[in-house]
Amino acid sequence: MSESSPLLEVKKISKRFGGVHALEDVDFRLYPGEVVALAGDNGAGKSTLTKIISGVFPPDSGEISFQGVQISLANPQDARARGIETIYQDLALADNLDVGANVFLGREPMTRRFGLPMIDRKRMREEAAKTLDTLDIGLDRLDRPVRALSGGQRQCVAIGRALHWQAQVMIMDEPTAALGVPEQRKVLALIKSLKARGVGIVFISHNLHDIFAASDRIVVLRRGINAGERATVDANPDEIVRMMVG
Amino acid sequence: MSVAAAHPRPSESKQASWIGFVASARAWLFLIVLIVGFEVWSQLSFQATFVGNMFNIRSIAVFTVAPLLLAMGQTFVIISGGIDLSVGFTMGLASVTVSNVANAITPIYGTGVGLAAGIVAAVLVSVVPGLVNGLLIARLRVPPFIGTLGMYGVARGVAYLLANGTTVPVHNDALAWMGNGSLGGIPAVVILTVVALLVLHYVLSQSRFGQYVYAVGGNRAAAVRAGINVRGVTLKIYILSAVCAGIGGVLYAGRFSAGAAQAGEPLLLDSIAAVVIGGASLFGGSGTIVGTLIGALIVAVIQYGLVFIDVEAFWQFVVVGVVIIISVLVDQSQRKGGRVDE
Repeated sequence: MSESSPLLEVKKISKRFGGVHALEDVDFRLYPGEVVALAGDNGAGKSTLTKIISGVFPPDSGEISFQGVQISLANPQDARARGIETIYQDLALADNLDVGANVFLGREPMTRRFGLPMIDRKRMREEAAKTLDTLDIGLDRLDRPVRALSGGQRQCVAIGRALHWQAQVMIMDEPTAALGVPEQRKVLALIKSLKARGVGIVFISHNLHDIFAASDRIVVLRRGINAGERATVDANPDEIVRMMVG
Repeated sequence: MSVAAAHPRPSESKQASWIGFVASARAWLFLIVLIVGFEVWSQLSFQATFVGNMFNIRSIAVFTVAPLLLAMGQTFVIISGGIDLSVGFTMGLASVTVSNVANAITPIYGTGVGLAAGIVAAVLVSVVPGLVNGLLIARLRVPPFIGTLGMYGVARGVAYLLANGTTVPVHNDALAWMGNGSLGGIPAVVILTVVALLVLHYVLSQSRFGQYVYAVGGNRAAAVRAGINVRGVTLKIYILSAVCAGIGGVLYAGRFSAGAAQAGEPLLLDSIAAVVIGGASLFGGSGTIVGTLIGALIVAVIQYGLVFIDVEAFWQFVVVGVVIIISVLVDQSQRKGGRVDE
């Protein structure tokens, strides 16, 4: 993996809020097909870093490169257009719409019937089903509101949507929180299949067990600076916790 | 590993679709029960038919027009998670406007131009409260209940001012025909309303705009994140609602040959009732134009039927109010039961 070039590279990023250094000279790299867990206590700067990567706000200094090219992100739409997608647990889906409508939300394909333009619901459903099938997410009914799905299934639909729109980098904020154990396993399995497709994943979690189960590399932040980084196979939980608390 | 394979729940999903079927058929069943109830009452008390009487059918159809027009606009608003309390007085404002303008233009340019000018003026004037509502709610994030309540007061005051505090008789034969004429036995107001119904049903169920109305009501944050222009959609929704009310005002002026500030006052309750009885949720995210049609018919049948069987007219308000509350309670209980949480 180290011989390929990074998908996403962040160099010497700093961000201040008022007098507080949220991030100071932080470096971060993500390779294709790699899962990097971002670990750190509350206030360590994890969410500030992911918000900069996803275009929510710009850094004060430092640079971001995506696929080897230096970029600046004006807003989240800009980041999504480049293929950097954040998967939020609660903000992702419109509960009252079906799976197809959610996958295509904001980008609905149109067809013509009786000479009138109409949303092509059949195509939305079929293409959504195709994408979900390739990820081995089998849902028995795609024509029901996603409200009827379990938390894990909804998470899968959100991830499937990101993949359908060619996301290269997925930032997953606590993807397994608020899920039951079997559902957590499904999401972790899905992460493995995304890896196989070359998607780079930034995985934020408080759950060390999940971090060790899912990630290739662990990057620890502490009070806005890089506190250390380990390949997951070489790391042990005690060491990571020590880095987190300092 | 397959998500569904790990969780086979055929019985549960069968049950869910059964509940969904009952929910969507609820309004139809209620309408049928009402009609049968009035028919039986009518047969027993007066040995006469209620539903077999063409006069009754026509009257109910005409009676449904104004509340249905308001309710169709209200459907978009309620699906998006809002409410529009200003529709009644927007309708009044439009009825006064069409009357004033038609009266001013008709003597100079004739009936046709007078009618056209009146309608254009009424629709343009009704856009204003909708635009203001939309800007308040979409841009300044004023809660819809408060923003449109303010507009209720403004539209009411302006309508009375334009009418000089009285009703404005209108002298234009074309407008009067629109309100009272028939084509092939079908009242013109009913034909116009059916056209509006088809157009709005198409917009809500088949267009991107309609889809975004549902998305905004289902999860506003998700709609924003999906790149939908949520503010623009919200603005259009409130303008649409106001224009529906404006058309209602024009038809009112035609039917009664007069504009009146209070023309739509009692229709606010009826329009919200029609939408909610028709299966829309006041929490946003669900509802259909067809459901609203059934809801409006239910309200009209209740009101007309009660008069028909000689119940004191004021009971209508009581019954419609009770039916709204029951509909909301049913909706709430379904929301609790419908969701599968793990």
